[in-house]
Amino acid sequence: MNLLGENIWLNGVIIIFGSAVLVFIGGVFGMLYRGIDRKLVAHMQARVGPPIVQPFRDVRKLLMKENIIPDGAISWLFNAAPFLALISAGSLLLFIPLFGQSPLLERYGDVILVLYLLIIPSLAFVVGGFASSSPYATVGAQREMIIMMSYEAPLAVVVLGIAWRIGQVTDANPFLMSTMAQYPIWNLLGPMGIVGALLMLFTLVVVTVGEAAKVPFDVAEAETEIAGGLLVEYSGRNLSLFYLSDVIKAFAMASLVVALFIPYNLSPVLGIASALAAGIIDGLFFLVKVFVVMFVSISLIRAGMARFKISQASTIYVMVMTTVALVGMLLVSGDFMIGA
Amino acid sequence: MAVGETEKTTYTIPIGPIHPALKEPIQLMLEVEGEKVVNTDVLAGQVHRSIEWLGMNRNNPVQTLYLAERICGICNICHPFCLAMAVEQAANITVPDRAEYIRVIAAEMERIHSHILWAGVAAHEIGFDTVFYLTWRVREEIMDLIEYVFGNRVTKAVLQFGGVRRDITAEQLPRIRKSLDYYKSIFEHLRRIFLEDRTVRMRTRNVGILSTEDALKLLAVGPTARASGVPKDVRQDQPYSAYADLNVKAITPDIVTGTVVGDVYDRIIVRLLEVKQSVEIIEECIARMPEGPTMSETKMPRLLKLLTDAAGEGVARVEAPRGEDIHYVRLETGQSTLATWKVRAPTYVNLQVVPTILKGMQIADVPIAFASLDPCMSCTNRVVITDRATGRESVVGYEELHRLSVEKTEELRR
Repeated sequence: MNLLGENIWLNGVIIIFGSAVLVFIGGVFGMLYRGIDRKLVAHMQARVGPPIVQPFRDVRKLLMKENIIPDGAISWLFNAAPFLALISAGSLLLFIPLFGQSPLLERYGDVILVLYLLIIPSLAFVVGGFASSSPYATVGAQREMIIMMSYEAPLAVVVLGIAWRIGQVTDANPFLMSTMAQYPIWNLLGPMGIVGALLMLFTLVVVTVGEAAKVPFDVAEAETEIAGGLLVEYSGRNLSLFYLSDVIKAFAMASLVVALFIPYNLSPVLGIASALAAGIIDGLFFLVKVFVVMFVSISLIRAGMARFKISQASTIYVMVMTTVALVGMLLVSGDFMIGA
Repeated sequence: MAVGETEKTTYTIPIGPIHPALKEPIQLMLEVEGEKVVNTDVLAGQVHRSIEWLGMNRNNPVQTLYLAERICGICNICHPFCLAMAVEQAANITVPDRAEYIRVIAAEMERIHSHILWAGVAAHEIGFDTVFYLTWRVREEIMDLIEYVFGNRVTKAVLQFGGVRRDITAEQLPRIRKSLDYYKSIFEHLRRIFLEDRTVRMRTRNVGILSTEDALKLLAVGPTARASGVPKDVRQDQPYSAYADLNVKAITPDIVTGTVVGDVYDRIIVRLLEVKQSVEIIEECIARMPEGPTMSETKMPRLLKLLTDAAGEGVARVEAPRGEDIHYVRLETGQSTLATWKVRAPTYVNLQVVPTILKGMQIADVPIAFASLDPCMSCTNRVVITDRATGRESVVGYEELHRLSVEKTEELRR
């Protein structure tokens, strides 16, 4: 991006500095949302629950704890996996619009890149699981791979469906986040298309649960079955890195849902001209939107369901959710045909 | 499976001795093929506490009665109830009618508590933590009631040889009825959660199937057997204590669904209906309870003297929440402890079905399928031998026990 002209060095500094700030912000808000989620779910379960700052305390405590590497583990891979997970989860934030602003590296990647980046943290979990040489982690890693492959199809269908519809009204690259923000999907659709888009939104919400590895799709960790699965051998610093990458990924995924389906900003509606005030209001509105997405897709669902078996979870994604997404896509395109 | 018979390789996953899916230590060695369990080996013997030895060597019988209460925290009535009946039989002690009714009320309160506790654990095993928390909140009511009636939330310490130590007074009845009404009022709610929720059904239907033939062949007891369609209940088959006056019928899942599958879902049905049945039994007991004393011998020294002087054998069977519990007791004149005390807890027989119900299941099914037996390890463990010289520990297995018993028989025959 050419924030400051063509000076490549200055650009480089901005990108590095900006990335660090973004990852920090992503981590802080990710943990905050995790704390809110835990508190809300606790209240739904008639418990008091931990204080909202608990995730911060958890990470601080993990950082103080011993970092144990099991004897049978491939230690360099075992240690590298958490870093890979955190870096890839962090780089997601560079390509997704946050706080009502365009992504930092908008010109270098579109939503297709985001789809690929979403896979890498899961892959890092799998690599770490296999490298830790525990049978539980091995089972967890196998499950994570299956679930990852399963939710890829419905996710791709949703993104393609939206991009295709936007591509019909503009010559700009429809996969770019800026194009998506410029042409909110709901504005382009008739009644039938709105039903289709709702189906796609529903699909994306269910995919978010899988991406965030929460009940009912937390099969890869499944505490009562495989004792934490992938993460069973991880402790101390490595575990805290995985934890951070997990909360950042959940935050990024919720932001992606916001970017695809609720790219509206509040400041134009309120008619605020000042750039600073508009930025603050849009930023706060963004946090509310992310909260709504997280509440529905993570807190509510995880409080109301039992864990699926891996075969059931996979079937739900591959068969049911893909079908729902395809029907949604058909409705959206049918809507376009009628309109045209 | 012979080598070369299949291209897939199997590997072993240990569940336990300490594992989040297990509430008590036991080890299941699962031989798995991908996610599928092909074989299971059950290694018990992680919580042996020499309770029978203490009862035969250290304690007087009255102390042993309270030790029996601690064989298992949840079954804190059925074990002392069973021991008391066996000793009463051996020493010819008669129990007043009112005491029999109070014993049955205590036993049924224990069953309500145990089944609701189990339901919460089962929900947790399938990852449905909301139901787990809500079920355990419902469980608080019965614990409060137990505390109100017997003075303690968990162990009730109400039994004594020849009666019970606490009476249930007329003033206590309204409070008891209130709790029973509470359980009747939420029964429909519990039924909807456990029997109609889609995800619960997905995780429990056709999981851990024990067919009627297998249940008979492997001698399963309690709700495990009843859920497989075997109408087996000591309260029905050989009514003891006040159950002789009551008409208890064994509950099988076909009452609700019309068919018997023998899976985890059926075990949920049986336990759920037994909670309702227990509430009704307590109500009937309260209605029919005769007036009169609650103890045949109130003076402790005389009771101990009587037990020391007595000689004889007694066997008692009690339907514990997990199934049939058997105690065997032998008393010898002049011996202040029990001469012989043998406990056969229900889980001991129910563990035999584990390899059968886990075969062909997925790893994800193992916790709920295993938990559906409501296994109680501390009731089950038998003999652990520690070799002090080498520091080695070993559990005496079936072959070894068989060999030892053959040797002993040979020795006696001479």
